[in-house]
Amino acid sequence: MLLIPCPWCGPRDDAEFAYGNQAHIARPADPGATTDAEWAEYLYFRDNPKGPFAERWMHAAGCRRWFNVVRDTNSHAILAVYKPGETRPAADRP
Amino acid sequence: MAQAGRRRGPTGKPRYSIFALARNALSYHENWQAAWRSPEPKPSYEAIVVGGGGHGLATAYYLASVHGMRKIAVLEKGWIGGGNTGRNTTIIRSNYLWDESAAIYEHALKLWEGLSQELNFNLMFSQRGVITLAHSEHELKEMRRRVEAIRLNGIDTEVLSTSDVKKLVPIINTDPGIRWPVMGGFIQRRGGTARHDAVAWGYARAADDLGVDIIQNCEVTGFLKDAAGAVEGVETTRGTIRSRRVGCVAAGHSGVLAALAGFKLPIQARPLQALVSEPIKPVIDTVVMSNAVHMYVSQSDKGELVLGAGTDSYNSYAQRGSMNIIEHQLAAACELYPIVSRLRVLRTWGGIVDTCPDASPILSRTPVEGLYFNCGWGTGGFKATPGSGHVFADLLAHGKPNAIAAPFGLERFQGGYLIDEHGAAGVAH
Repeated sequence: MLLIPCPWCGPRDDAEFAYGNQAHIARPADPGATTDAEWAEYLYFRDNPKGPFAERWMHAAGCRRWFNVVRDTNSHAILAVYKPGETRPAADRP
Repeated sequence: MAQAGRRRGPTGKPRYSIFALARNALSYHENWQAAWRSPEPKPSYEAIVVGGGGHGLATAYYLASVHGMRKIAVLEKGWIGGGNTGRNTTIIRSNYLWDESAAIYEHALKLWEGLSQELNFNLMFSQRGVITLAHSEHELKEMRRRVEAIRLNGIDTEVLSTSDVKKLVPIINTDPGIRWPVMGGFIQRRGGTARHDAVAWGYARAADDLGVDIIQNCEVTGFLKDAAGAVEGVETTRGTIRSRRVGCVAAGHSGVLAALAGFKLPIQARPLQALVSEPIKPVIDTVVMSNAVHMYVSQSDKGELVLGAGTDSYNSYAQRGSMNIIEHQLAAACELYPIVSRLRVLRTWGGIVDTCPDASPILSRTPVEGLYFNCGWGTGGFKATPGSGHVFADLLAHGKPNAIAAPFGLERFQGGYLIDEHGAAGVAH
């Protein structure tokens, strides 16, 4: 079980949240100009680290707003929480 | 393929038989030979398989038995069969939608059918049938379409009415008033279950018999590459081991290995949970799956009800998931099988599955010459163990995929030739 601190509502059970996978994936500015390899990279290839991972969550059963979390995928420790548009905090440890 | 007859490899291991059992009974079973050796790693091998689960051990076994290689190592970071091979719900079937999937899963099922004899190891393979339920009009229609597609591939399957399901599974609740009523289903009678640990042990023993070195407690920490960028060995916690042919079969940790080798895979590691009830007398002699409520059930020979759940939505390597997934699964179990509500849960566990965007596996060459990956089996790899090993051994031996493996290459993500099996995978990703 994860206790996820929503930046607007506070700490809640992970059952209230929807997962949005890796954060900071930008859609290519001109999709028509990408190669097949670049487009495949954008569509299907995500980081999959064992350790700190910047990911998106949405508080589906609460405020329904998206935000970013840095979470250790091995220990499940939540290392940082920040709002959309903010940059990932440098420190991966709280 | 190895002879099913009086196989006796270089290690001269005696065969298991009723006579061996009687003979060993005379010495109080204290003189059984070890099923496999625990050798020190050699400096180099013809081929290295990274990952000592069912798929990896099967790969090594077929490299030795079909392709005649003798210098093979299986490197396992923990103990063999300790990952997803020992954590799944042991279901075997080949009722997939697309031709490519039918080819590989049916190849596996046909190998399962003679595997206990071939390996001289009782895998407790039981073709008790696998039923998939439909809970809505739409699901029923989609299921009929899938049944026809499966039959066109020559794989046995048939549609069941609600009363057919009730006849096969007397404990099921067919009341039309429940949240997800049973509106019918379909069955693959050749499907069933096998003893998961025995699959690892049987392949390990047979591979060891053919000279394969099974090296446990040996974690790969890096890949050695030559000047041209081709693989020439691995760094491990037990030293450097050289080989120009390395196959990675590491399930949930495939992404970690790919990162060490310097490339990315379209794979996400997710927890998949299962649980067993306390043991009870036989109440269900088949396997019943339900996609709509993400729950499947069978009964082990010990009498435990084995219940599988859906995956957790988030990435994890922790081999555990969230409680709400188990709650959801048990709520569905209690409504579909009311007798379950009086049972206690004996234990729950999780494994890390390597989910792929199209719910189909990857058996492929990689950007690193000589390095091959067999991964992406996600939530349903156990059923494919023999087929996966057989086909991957062929890829390792020849350096290019055979007709069964070809559609499962990494190139499919760039070419758009995805093999979308989310419907047949049985577990939502």
